[in-house]
Amino acid sequence: MNLFKDAGHLLRFAALFVIAFLVFWAIRGFVVPRSFGQYGHYRGAAIGEIGARPLHFAGHDACETCHSDVVDVKKAGKHAHVNCEACHGPQAKHAADPGNVTPVKLETAALCVRCHAASAARPKTFPQVNAADHSNGVACETCHQPHSPGMDTPAANAGGAK
Amino acid sequence: MGGVEGFMYPNEIELHWSVLIVLYPFITGLVAGAFILASLERVFRVDAVKPTYRLALLTALSFLLVAPLPLQLHLGHPERSPEMYFTPHSTSAMAMFGYVYLWYLMAVLVFEIWLDYRRDIVLLAERSKGIVRIVYRAMTLGSTNISPRALHIDERVGWIVTLIGIPSAFMLHGYVGFIFGSIKANPWWSSPLMPVVFIFSAMVSGIACVMVLYMATAKLRGRNIDMRCVDTIAMYLFYTFIIDFSLEMLDLIHRVYEADESFRSLNFMVHTKLYFSHIVVQILCGTLVPLVLLAITQVVKLGEVVRKRIYAVAGLLTLMGIFAMRWNVVIGGQLFSKSYLGYTTYKVGLVSREGMLVALALSLLPLLILWVLIKLLPPWPAENVPAEAGD
Repeated sequence: MNLFKDAGHLLRFAALFVIAFLVFWAIRGFVVPRSFGQYGHYRGAAIGEIGARPLHFAGHDACETCHSDVVDVKKAGKHAHVNCEACHGPQAKHAADPGNVTPVKLETAALCVRCHAASAARPKTFPQVNAADHSNGVACETCHQPHSPGMDTPAANAGGAK
Repeated sequence: MGGVEGFMYPNEIELHWSVLIVLYPFITGLVAGAFILASLERVFRVDAVKPTYRLALLTALSFLLVAPLPLQLHLGHPERSPEMYFTPHSTSAMAMFGYVYLWYLMAVLVFEIWLDYRRDIVLLAERSKGIVRIVYRAMTLGSTNISPRALHIDERVGWIVTLIGIPSAFMLHGYVGFIFGSIKANPWWSSPLMPVVFIFSAMVSGIACVMVLYMATAKLRGRNIDMRCVDTIAMYLFYTFIIDFSLEMLDLIHRVYEADESFRSLNFMVHTKLYFSHIVVQILCGTLVPLVLLAITQVVKLGEVVRKRIYAVAGLLTLMGIFAMRWNVVIGGQLFSKSYLGYTTYKVGLVSREGMLVALALSLLPLLILWVLIKLLPPWPAENVPAEAGD
């Protein structure tokens, strides 16, 4: 009993910890979303919320439905594995309403150098140019057909939206 | 591109970890080191260092309170930091630090200081007036029992807390070294020796810091410096420093001998971009000079005044050297490219959120907190409440 009396202050300190822990637990119950940890270290409900967001990309198959001529040109060239929307950007709205939503025509002088500007970080076998020396501001499509950029494909056969 | 030599990948040009991340391991190191010095008296019964026991504890607390601030400023969004506690991520060393920090702050430092000061707090609560009285009364937690038996229990529990505190201090700073040592993508950091080097450098900086603070506070208070105390601290500083330096040299020799694919690049960096901070500041001025000075005091009989001056100079140089070590680890590890073909430059801002002024303010803040703590809980025996325990 005496020991309990003389160690009472330690119990008070311990009680402080217990109170702090209970407060922490109460706040935790309030602020941590219910679905947290359902699948991993994130909010499980986030998957459904992200899934419900509107789509921006139509996908390659949707493009093929109408633009089979471009797909044929593309299949034969170096850009066969480059997805349409990698250059043209997200086109879900265009796919849903092709009559009213028209994709913006691309500025090839700015677009192509995203991948083809000379950089020591790129593999040496990857086609890359110093744009200023190579074309001096002239649009790439003047000489290259963007859907099949090899010089053996005439630029006039560009294909795509006319 | 300004400050870049050779080839850098785009994400390597700007440094992600700034001077604040240099400050963070420096501050936690001081905490761990100061606590380990305090444990010398409590657990290992080194009576000579008793005059610094309470000062060491208060120093550790002051620096520990400031330790998360550089991280908060660096990351931004401090309101998000409680999420680290609410949703603990057991596989992230950085996320688990929150628990290490809280454990060390509350279960070790605050508890030990409270146990050690409880008698004084109760007596000060009886003696003081106004708001100060309310503060002291709150600190008593409503218990005024300072009977010899209650104080004896405090002593025993305090001993156990210190005993638990030693591995906790090692964990606190070993973890900081682990964060760097476990980054396998960076050859400057990736080394299993890193946590061990960090622990010993923490002990060195903490001991040097308390030694300098003790001498400075004695001077400011116009009191005599207990030479037996500082002689003993200097001796421990010297021995710990030798172990720390040996470990760092072991790491260096290992790197030189192993000479892996990163060696040429790192070697070039040490001889160019890091030459001043690594070779001149850290190794020459911050390690060899204080080691030689401390060695002189161990082998030559010197007068009191000379010893005091040597200890002050060696202590300050040691702190500078350990800060340079943190700088070289954190900044040095970001100056070279993973391609090993280029180097970037770190330019510290002056008034930016992670600039020099903020770093300076964060370095001075612990001293301000220490001043408040000293006013509230005087660590000097002579100024403690001399009244008899009111049992």
